Amino acid sequence: MSTAKPTAGADKSAAESSEQYLTFMLAGEEYGVDILRVQEIKGWDKVTRIPHTPDYVLGVINLRGAVVPILDLRRRFGLETIAFGPTTVVIVVRVMSGRGERTVGMVVDAVSEVYNVDAADTKPPPDVCGTVDTVFVKALVTIEEKMLILLDIDRLIGNSIADELVPGAAVA
Amino acid sequence: MTIDLEMAEIAKVFFQESREGLDVMESGLLSLGATADRENINTIFRAAHSIKGGSATFGFAEVAGFTHGVETLLDEMRNGVRPVTAEAIQTLLQACDCLREMIAATEAEQPLDQVRIASLNGDIKHILGEANEAPAPARAAGDEAAGTHAASEPGGWRVRFEPVADLLRLRNEPTRMFAELRRLGTMVAHADTSRLPLLDALDPESCYVSWNIDITAQIPRGKLDEVFDWVDSGCRLEFTPTGGSAPVAAAPGAAAQPQAAAGDAWSAETKAVSPNETKTVALAEAKAAAPADADRSAPGGAPAQKASGDSGSIRVATEKVDNIINLVGELLITQSMLSSFADGIDPNDLDRLRQGLSQLARNTRELQESVMQIRMLPISFAFNRFPRIVHDLSRKLAKKVELKLSGEGTELDKTVLEKISDPLVHLVRNALDHGLETPERRVAAGKHETGTLELAAFHEGGNIIIEVRDDGAGLNKAKILQKARERALVAPDQDLTDEQIDNLIFMPGFSTAEQISDVSGRGVGMDVVRRNINDLGGHVQIASKEGLGSTIRIRLPLTLAILDGQLVRVGKEIYIISLLAIVETIQVARERVNTLVGHTEVFRLRDEYLPVVKLCDQFGVEPDSRSAEDGLLVVLEADGKRVGVLVDDLLAQQQVVIKSLESNFKSVAGIAGATILGDGTVALIIDAPGLISSAAKQGVGAVAAHAA
Repeated sequence: MSTAKPTAGADKSAAESSEQYLTFMLAGEEYGVDILRVQEIKGWDKVTRIPHTPDYVLGVINLRGAVVPILDLRRRFGLETIAFGPTTVVIVVRVMSGRGERTVGMVVDAVSEVYNVDAADTKPPPDVCGTVDTVFVKALVTIEEKMLILLDIDRLIGNSIADELVPGAAVA
Repeated sequence: MTIDLEMAEIAKVFFQESREGLDVMESGLLSLGATADRENINTIFRAAHSIKGGSATFGFAEVAGFTHGVETLLDEMRNGVRPVTAEAIQTLLQACDCLREMIAATEAEQPLDQVRIASLNGDIKHILGEANEAPAPARAAGDEAAGTHAASEPGGWRVRFEPVADLLRLRNEPTRMFAELRRLGTMVAHADTSRLPLLDALDPESCYVSWNIDITAQIPRGKLDEVFDWVDSGCRLEFTPTGGSAPVAAAPGAAAQPQAAAGDAWSAETKAVSPNETKTVALAEAKAAAPADADRSAPGGAPAQKASGDSGSIRVATEKVDNIINLVGELLITQSMLSSFADGIDPNDLDRLRQGLSQLARNTRELQESVMQIRMLPISFAFNRFPRIVHDLSRKLAKKVELKLSGEGTELDKTVLEKISDPLVHLVRNALDHGLETPERRVAAGKHETGTLELAAFHEGGNIIIEVRDDGAGLNKAKILQKARERALVAPDQDLTDEQIDNLIFMPGFSTAEQISDVSGRGVGMDVVRRNINDLGGHVQIASKEGLGSTIRIRLPLTLAILDGQLVRVGKEIYIISLLAIVETIQVARERVNTLVGHTEVFRLRDEYLPVVKLCDQFGVEPDSRSAEDGLLVVLEADGKRVGVLVDDLLAQQQVVIKSLESNFKSVAGIAGATILGDGTVALIIDAPGLISSAAKQGVGAVAAHAA
């Protein structure tokens, strides 16, 4: 697996204290998700729309027999929407939820790099953040003079799906 | 089929489940040694609770009584009252073994090992801190006997013990006697194996070994006689006092006395250390206790009959079957993909291709159906045990109950069925114990003295619904709320709707029963019920009217099911409607459509007015046309209500494999699930009852009520 910036420490310490993140672009910012959670990256394809869902749920696709929902992260974060272009990709991730593992696809502008991120280098997100709801941000980290936003995808996806149950569909 | 036969079938299930429960308890207890986590204790406790409940139901009072002690100990551990000590774990493990034997004996209709039960019960009570001054009877008797004889005695004895070959078949255990001798003083036994034949000539149930035993103890001859009392007809005995006296030959005694209970007690203890390897090793390792026990307690009689239910069926890992089902599902998709491809091929080859494809289609479908059938079982498997449960419980509680069952033929996935059985038992027990009132109270409340308990199963949309209805007292909302506040399940100032209060009973650790009984009331029931159902992807809800009764509604997804579907098109979207829900499809004539108060349209179908649900509005899709006469009206029926659903076009009818939307997403109102069409795209399956109720939310329902 190629890394853009090998950490200074030995392999052992790298394995212990650093994690690999896949980064992607979204409206000019670079976001990172834990690479172990990424199942695959695929091109944008037609989806089947689902009624009674928020606009950022674009629909579902058939991923080798499984019905997988596709979220538009631009819409999820309240960013300006753009037409999907040749670099537009769907990052399929596995997230943990109260009911077990879910597979969900996220539409992003483009995939970027894979970085090794040392846990010691990460900074907690500031309390106020302009565009992104900060609860979904696990940490910020500076790599090659760029800011990387590390996402807590369990929380992001869980919040995007489970917390918006259709009223009356379930009694907790 | 007679009642007895049916009961035997059901009891067999109980025995099977109990064994599984014991396995769970055992592994739980074993891992408890390392970490004493609450969840683990809970699991063990639930297993014990199920065994107790089941055994009580079938009238195995001894098993139930014994388990009750075990359960009480576990309950105290669970509540943190009792520390989890190694001693307690050991005792509980022994209790598991004992229970396993009890269940085996009960199943084989053999007498129970009372001594062992009493002794373990004593141990449990001891741990529980209750006075236990009564040790196992057999041991007590032995000790007493030891005290009575104190006559002249030499310094020791040499005993020559030559048993006859069928000593073991007469269910005597030499080691039992050795253990007894060891209690008298220092004992050294030398085995004489000169009679031992070669392996191929060896009969594993015969005893070929004789012993020379030296005992160093000042004991009277009578003590030794006592030890060998049970075997004296089945062996040659020679007693020589070591210390000068001449050998005394022991005359073979009269009749051997069968002392089954005591014999079993000792053999259980000495099994593992028996010197007779061939037989006892086999016994100790035999996991199924039943044949071994029967062997021992029925000398020369019929060997215990092996569990007869095994014939004609094989146990296959569910995983494997699931794999096949998935594969066949894929096959179906491939097949329809090929079918659509066939439409654009060279006409010359078309016929042959079509022929092959139709054959493939038929084979695939048959294969899929038969594979699916492996997993489907009628719910009567779960329902059949209830008449007896209700019968026994109502007698015990002195209540009059009429049980009504309906929809027993509804087929359910085997896994779902297995997992739903226990929760159903809990619900039925609860309904009888807490729901239905005594005849006096019922009469006082102006109801018929016989209460009604209904169990119903039916299909609704992509789900199976199981309802447990009683016409009892209903839930006491005030009491529930008070209890919930006491237990801090609800904040003191929190306002709850009636429905929310009712559903509080599904919270963990919630039980309003004043008295803990073996019927219900430990608070394991309802939260486990809900968890089990949620684990199945289902949903449970209770609706209750005080004084009128309660209805518990379990909604289970029809996982792994296929559906005969009608593909419909609205704009660019394709949806699937279950053929079961479709009454008819009609072309709409303009003059038959009227608009009620504002913009709700109704359609006159013969002498009935149907509300028109526009799928395009429901699902927010852009249709070809918004006016009713350009489209088709699909008349759906669910829950006794009919609506007309307006679609642009009807497409093919085909069987579709239901894929859950919930596994990766969530449930969506009006959608029962999804499927994958021949071209690989996903299509949504319409949930007819859900669609009707979500239409009702938008005001159409009021009209539906009018029209109906």
